[in-house]
Amino acid sequence: MITKLNVASIYVLDKDEALDFYVNKLGLEKGQDVRQGSYRWLTVRVPGNGTEISLEQPGSPLHDDATAAQIRELITKGAMSGLVFNTDDIRGLYETLQARGVTDFTQEPIEHFYGTDMGLRDPFGNAIRILQQGKVAQKVTA
Amino acid sequence: MSQEVEDFNRRLLRARDAMDRAYGEPLDVRAVAAVAHLSEAHFSRSFRATFGETPHRYLQRRRVERSMFLLRETDRSVTDICFDVGFMSLGTFSRTFREIVGETPSDYRASNGAVMAPNCIWMAATRPRAATRAAMRSSSFGEADAPAAP
Repeated sequence: MITKLNVASIYVLDKDEALDFYVNKLGLEKGQDVRQGSYRWLTVRVPGNGTEISLEQPGSPLHDDATAAQIRELITKGAMSGLVFNTDDIRGLYETLQARGVTDFTQEPIEHFYGTDMGLRDPFGNAIRILQQGKVAQKVTA
Repeated sequence: MSQEVEDFNRRLLRARDAMDRAYGEPLDVRAVAAVAHLSEAHFSRSFRATFGETPHRYLQRRRVERSMFLLRETDRSVTDICFDVGFMSLGTFSRTFREIVGETPSDYRASNGAVMAPNCIWMAATRPRAATRAAMRSSSFGEADAPAAP
């Protein structure tokens, strides 16, 4: 039987810019960063969690130029699939992300029967959702 | 060339996200176009070329989808829901809902109950289908009567 999701991948337009966003803004950690000729195997992951997220750039050697251009267009139109993360403090994280300069929120934290979630986009257009499962304590405002 | 297309798409997507996020507010096309740093006319034309429908219709579908959710999941009045999702009049809401969904808000509520799946899944899965030809000609956010059929 399968025991674990080991690697998931996401297309980005630029690996360095992606690394900066996913590590310095979102708070993930760098996983693999291995070069083989012109190819760079680059992953990030949730600290303490084993699943690697491979940051793939459309283009050679995986795609011809025309195919890569199509994928890049789809990424920037927000038409590709995204990632869903969990957090233990959604409202704290929302504030932290804003403080780090994240502006591309698609949805501020909203409560649902399964928890509280929010949405944002990475610099390229990929959708990211973050969920705190269960009942979330409301912040007391003065 | 490709880089220009990508940057332009990204700006249009940012404007589309603004509609998804602020659908309940009295948005107009000028405000949304400003998010993409474009004139109203250029924005509407480009948005339609990129996403296949006018920004006005996109916002209508977004609002109707949210109203469908509230009709299913809550027992609030149709009037309450209408204003909550950003429509300015019950008449426009009812007409738009019927045009997009094919039945009245009350009939929709009577035949659909709550669903148990994450909200982001249902926002995508239950969003009513894309534009009709008549609606695609509509390019403003105004509430004026538009012809219902070509």
